[in-house]
Amino acid sequence: MRRAGFPLRRPTAAGWLLIGGGIFCMLILLVLPLILIFVAAFSSGWEIVTQNLLDTDMLAAIRLTMWVALLTVPVNLVFGTLIAWCVTRFDFRGKKLLLALVDTPYAISPVVAGLCYLLLYGNQGWLGGWLDERGIQVMFAWPGIVLVTVFVTSPYVARELIPLMQAQGSQEEEAAVLLGAGGWTLFRRITLPNIQWALLYGTVLTTARAVGEFGSVAVVSGSIRGVTNTLPLHVQLLQQDYNSVGAFTASLLLACMALLTLLLKTLFERRQHKSLTNL
Amino acid sequence: MKGGNRVLPGFRLSLGLGVLYLSLIVLLPATTLVLQAAQIRWSELLFYFTDPRLLAAVRVTFIAAICASLCNALLGLLLAWILTRYEFPGRKFADTLIDLPFALPTAVAGLTLSALFAKNGWIGKMLAPMGVEISFSFAGIVLAMTFTSLPFVVRSLQPVIEDLAPEYEEAAECLGATRWQIFWRILLPSLIPALSMGTTLALVRSLGEFGAVIFIAGNMPFATEVVSLMIFTYIGEYAYEAAAAVAFVLLLTSLLILLIVQLLQRRYSAREKL
Repeated sequence: MRRAGFPLRRPTAAGWLLIGGGIFCMLILLVLPLILIFVAAFSSGWEIVTQNLLDTDMLAAIRLTMWVALLTVPVNLVFGTLIAWCVTRFDFRGKKLLLALVDTPYAISPVVAGLCYLLLYGNQGWLGGWLDERGIQVMFAWPGIVLVTVFVTSPYVARELIPLMQAQGSQEEEAAVLLGAGGWTLFRRITLPNIQWALLYGTVLTTARAVGEFGSVAVVSGSIRGVTNTLPLHVQLLQQDYNSVGAFTASLLLACMALLTLLLKTLFERRQHKSLTNL
Repeated sequence: MKGGNRVLPGFRLSLGLGVLYLSLIVLLPATTLVLQAAQIRWSELLFYFTDPRLLAAVRVTFIAAICASLCNALLGLLLAWILTRYEFPGRKFADTLIDLPFALPTAVAGLTLSALFAKNGWIGKMLAPMGVEISFSFAGIVLAMTFTSLPFVVRSLQPVIEDLAPEYEEAAECLGATRWQIFWRILLPSLIPALSMGTTLALVRSLGEFGAVIFIAGNMPFATEVVSLMIFTYIGEYAYEAAAAVAFVLLLTSLLILLIVQLLQRRYSAREKL
């Protein structure tokens, strides 16, 4: 959302040239791929699309992906909010270290993330051996997929909240405490209304990344068809089967989710902006 | 907030749970990798890193990631500029669409770009007569990396461009500076910290990119294989030691790049203040 800084200008001739160049690049990189997904998925007609969608492996992949997102998002939502509260409302030693730790998953390649978990929870891994003796399988099963997905998507909620909560400051909350509000009342009545839209966007972004995670899940899932195959992995599997329409049909679902994410982002940002200007 | 004020509740709870969560989710797995890599002897490490196939992959990954980041620096500067300075139809829509690479799963991006730029694809068809091949070649890797890290530069630059005071530009204009001089002398210097940070984030992201790249690269050993795919291949062959060694070096490189840029930035902003 724009701040009230620099006024937007009507473009000059040189300005139109720049706009033209930029829009051209965006068309090629961003718009054409989106159109291609729809065209390629429907290239053999509606029936093939529904047939692909109702395929048992596809349904299993959709179910697993939703299950993973359903477990991942609440965990990162709760802990992301706790971390944002901790670093924006208190000063303590090691805060920078904590923030660096929050950002670490950004710097780690998804394949490396998968490998870290494989080394820890795999059969020869430190925890893996112990869990294996108790009959708990983490790797090449859904718990492993959930764990790496939590790792990969852990920064999003915290990173979305921290700049906002820093900008808002803690005066309102301090006033509430002085008026005798307890912790839960404080959070529910003061903090939550102030951050709700950013929190919702953080949730949506976490969901999108959780659903779309590929590299780290590819390492820990084993890609067993119909069992540990998530939707993005299924895209690859179908493409390797030379079922191009099927791959694009799965892509279509994921692209719709991406578009919905962008739509919600715009909506939430507008609401956040409004609630800020209403203060 | 400063001065150790603890009026607000929940410090111990949020710090304790936050640290516990980060330790379990981030620190423990990362430590496992480091410890695994620490067990590898130097001779073995030398053996892994003299494998010509791995060296080729390292070279391809670095050159492609640097090319993609430079593309992103230029394109990101252009896009951030037009989206924050000019009013034109579709501006808000374009601004929203910039985030698409973050929202679209990387596998979908790779699949679609490779179909679009393949010899029989919509754009590949136009490029083929000119002898330009993008899918299943080095250029494809650069393209995929550029796509997945496109928002970084744009989103780091936008707030800075919005906050630039118009007075400097107006003063320069009154003193007879050309548009070009204004850009080089006035605008670019104030954008450099954000531009370099955005480009670095794009570089780090590109170095580790997997999903989008493997769909479009063709993955020919010695030619279009990237490091993350090599690690993936090692894991598939149960060569966990080799995988850990390469992964550790990749992780260290990424962290080092981020650290260096942050230090440079601190020095740059200190100099600006003088």
